[in-house]
Amino acid sequence: MEKTVELNRIGLALADYKGKPSTLCPGCGHNAIANQIQAAVWELGILPEKVMKISGIGCSSKSANYFLNRSFGFNGLHGRMPTLATGACFGDSSIKILGISGDGDTASIGLGHFKHIIRRNVPMVYIIENNGCYGLTKGQFSATSDQGLVLKHQGVNLLPPLDLCMEALISGASFVARTFSGDVKQMKELIKAAISQTGIAVIDVISPCVTFNNRDDALQSYSWGREHEAPIQGITFFSSREDMQLENFEEGTYREIKLPDGSYIVLKKIDKDYDPTDLNAALDLLTESYKYHYFATGLIYFSDVPPTIQEQYDLPAEPLNRLTADRLRPSMESLEAINASLY
Amino acid sequence: MLDTTQDSVQGNEQIVNEVCMTICTVNGSGSATANNILYRALFRMGILTSGKNIFPSNIKGLPTWFVIRASARGYTGRVEYDDMVVAMNPATIQKDVSYLRNGGVLFYADHLEKPEITDKEVIIYPMPIKTLMKQVDVPRNLQSYMENMLYVGIVGQVLRIPEEILKATVEHQFRSKPAVAESNFNIVKLGFQYALENIEKTDRYYLQPLPELRDYILTDGNNAAALGSLYGGLQFCAWYPITPATSLVESAIDHVGKLRKDPKTGKNTCVILQVEDELAAAGAALGAGWAGLRAMTSTSGPGISLMTENIGLAYFTETPMVIWDVQRVGPSTGLPTRTAQGDLSMLYTLGHGDTKHVILIPGTVTECFEFGWRSLDIAEKYQTPIFVLSDLDLGMNAWVTKRFEYPNQPIERGKIIWEEQLEQIKDWGRYKDLDGDGIPYRTVVGNMSKKAAYFARGTGHDEYGNYSEDPKNWSDMLNRIGAKLDGVVKDLPGPIIRRAKADADIGIIGMGSTHDAMIEAQDILAEMSIQADYMRVRSLPANTDVREFIASHARNYVVELNRDGQLRQILSLEISEYSEKLISISEIGGLPLPAAWTAESIFAKEKHNGKNC
Repeated sequence: MEKTVELNRIGLALADYKGKPSTLCPGCGHNAIANQIQAAVWELGILPEKVMKISGIGCSSKSANYFLNRSFGFNGLHGRMPTLATGACFGDSSIKILGISGDGDTASIGLGHFKHIIRRNVPMVYIIENNGCYGLTKGQFSATSDQGLVLKHQGVNLLPPLDLCMEALISGASFVARTFSGDVKQMKELIKAAISQTGIAVIDVISPCVTFNNRDDALQSYSWGREHEAPIQGITFFSSREDMQLENFEEGTYREIKLPDGSYIVLKKIDKDYDPTDLNAALDLLTESYKYHYFATGLIYFSDVPPTIQEQYDLPAEPLNRLTADRLRPSMESLEAINASLY
Repeated sequence: MLDTTQDSVQGNEQIVNEVCMTICTVNGSGSATANNILYRALFRMGILTSGKNIFPSNIKGLPTWFVIRASARGYTGRVEYDDMVVAMNPATIQKDVSYLRNGGVLFYADHLEKPEITDKEVIIYPMPIKTLMKQVDVPRNLQSYMENMLYVGIVGQVLRIPEEILKATVEHQFRSKPAVAESNFNIVKLGFQYALENIEKTDRYYLQPLPELRDYILTDGNNAAALGSLYGGLQFCAWYPITPATSLVESAIDHVGKLRKDPKTGKNTCVILQVEDELAAAGAALGAGWAGLRAMTSTSGPGISLMTENIGLAYFTETPMVIWDVQRVGPSTGLPTRTAQGDLSMLYTLGHGDTKHVILIPGTVTECFEFGWRSLDIAEKYQTPIFVLSDLDLGMNAWVTKRFEYPNQPIERGKIIWEEQLEQIKDWGRYKDLDGDGIPYRTVVGNMSKKAAYFARGTGHDEYGNYSEDPKNWSDMLNRIGAKLDGVVKDLPGPIIRRAKADADIGIIGMGSTHDAMIEAQDILAEMSIQADYMRVRSLPANTDVREFIASHARNYVVELNRDGQLRQILSLEISEYSEKLISISEIGGLPLPAAWTAESIFAKEKHNGKNC
């Protein structure tokens, strides 16, 4: 029997979205993220050439090579991924940017850039692959490691963790989510929604390091995550309203959110009303989940998108990097006028 | 030995179009406007003039000096004495007059305590600033600004600057606000009239109009650099404020809206973005360069320190970008408002591991314009970061300089390839040397060919951009980059050489903003019977003209504004067979190079060498 390959709406197979084989540890949470990114982009039917990947340094940042081979990528410096993305976003504004970073990259060395790229609203998906430790240097505490965490060489972590969703919220991000490498269904829906967003969308993915930080009681371990995960809503992504089969949802139990590109997400209530458009509710949720040791996942915050940094500059519709030289050099007469004004 | 200090003015004859004047004021009082009016007036009279602002790292209330030197012979470097002092600052007046030479002239605001001068003859003209101000109705908040306009009128009249030229330069200064120009000129006129009626001129300094300098303009290097970059097709500039580089990007912001509208759509074609620090500025410029934009950043020494890691990444990923370093005095925070040439060594091999960079070193404001566009071309042609090394003196001071010339060659985009060209290349790899010149073909985001994408990385990579730790691959990659940059020399601006009038045994070598002072020093040496050829190095790595110049002189004095003689060190290493021919002359006070001091230093060393001087 002939094997049929499933194609997306633009006629590409999932294989067209693959990356290089992963060199991360077997079972690494980051591999799950790489898989969900390629699945999400494939399902959205975006050409891989229409995506660029930018990353920093660390296990997380290496993983940008493990999906979307046909997309341009730049594995830059530790903590500086947002700076590269800031410049690169002006090259061709039709290209979707996937920023891949880790907790060392974003919460420590690059925390300033993280907050400033949100403030600038560079249109991109900013994914933090958060494992609560430094993996590539073999197991040191990171700024998201839980207080009291014990690691082999350093002993007990004396300092409290930073919450990167909290940092994103107070920096003004219009899309903030948290998910878990052990909950790939939710992760994929959130990635699709984030890609469909026009401003910066931050996803903090708790993504266990199976080699250095996966003890059962560790905040970023698989077992802690599975036992404590408390999704704040069920999430389903629809590329258009027509695709929605709302008859599957009981009235009063769901909320639909329209994304700027015309797609939708449907949020199904779980136990209580959580309003992801309420900033204060989002901040309370994060405070309480840390205090009472539960692991709130899902779309934490969503708001209208402020103007992106590209929109602030009134640029031509065609890509800036394709403008021909004759459109970049002012006239000889204009220089004569300048010379005259300086006499 | 010739008396180059000229510390005394004897005789009665008029001294025409040769005067050095320091105006001593308090910063934040608006004196810069008044000083620029005087400066431009001399320029409009056709006299080659320099104006140097010696200012504190402060916004309001500290002493500041503006030195105007007029020289019919075109010697506009700094001198270490004053023919005239205009004293408006009570805190410094006593010290300020100490720089006057015997027979010099002091203008002072007569409400200040009259300085004691016992060691020399000085002609003193009191200026009744406060009394004159009572005659006019000026709002309190403009009082100090207008007081400065009075000295413009008084000094201008005593020097015999024609009134209509003062009027024209006031109008130029306030060209967007005719009413303000008029009220300011009324004050200038008041001072002028006062001097005409009350001051009996007993000094010998006169200015006389010469043919107009119509081939020249008056502007600063930072403005020139900004314009050069915009005419070079700059598309992205990320920056962070730092003295003395700030005004470079601010000038670009002033001009970009008008100059860089797309002729086709009317939209903007250049993005200027202030970011959170210099790490981000370099990172964003690098990201833009990688994405196919002509990109730059601009900073000073401390900013370069912060940009270092990103520039190393640009070097190794072979990404074009331009970095302007407008130098100030270091190390550390140093003297932020003083000039130096201390960043050369740092830039040349900036970054860890094996690196070597291309540095362009403009020596005139006109060259700042030219190197602005040229640097973007070279960066894209060779796919590497290019430094342009300016300094505070060149960048922030206005200079009388040759008019900007329109770029004489089209914009060079290098080996960027799009879909069609890529299809024609068999087995393309981002880092594959297909032409044997070390320069690979480059794709950028938005190229829709299935084969276009690659994964740029600072880690070891093969010709296709794939991760590699293979020893041979690593050495091949780094050696190719080295060879690529050996080829750049032919596209770099070569040295400017000014021969002595007779056969010269020695050479003098300089770079950057010291150019005018070096020419004067060369001429002073000739008057001291030392014939010296002068060479100004305009780029590194140096070309064979530099080598030949050094080889052809018994001794070469390398004059620079840093302690250890960084240019001499680099030339000694690279042209090691002649290293003994290179002798360092260095000056690190933070002020522009004085020609007389330079000539004397070289003279003393020559004497020490047993030469008959």
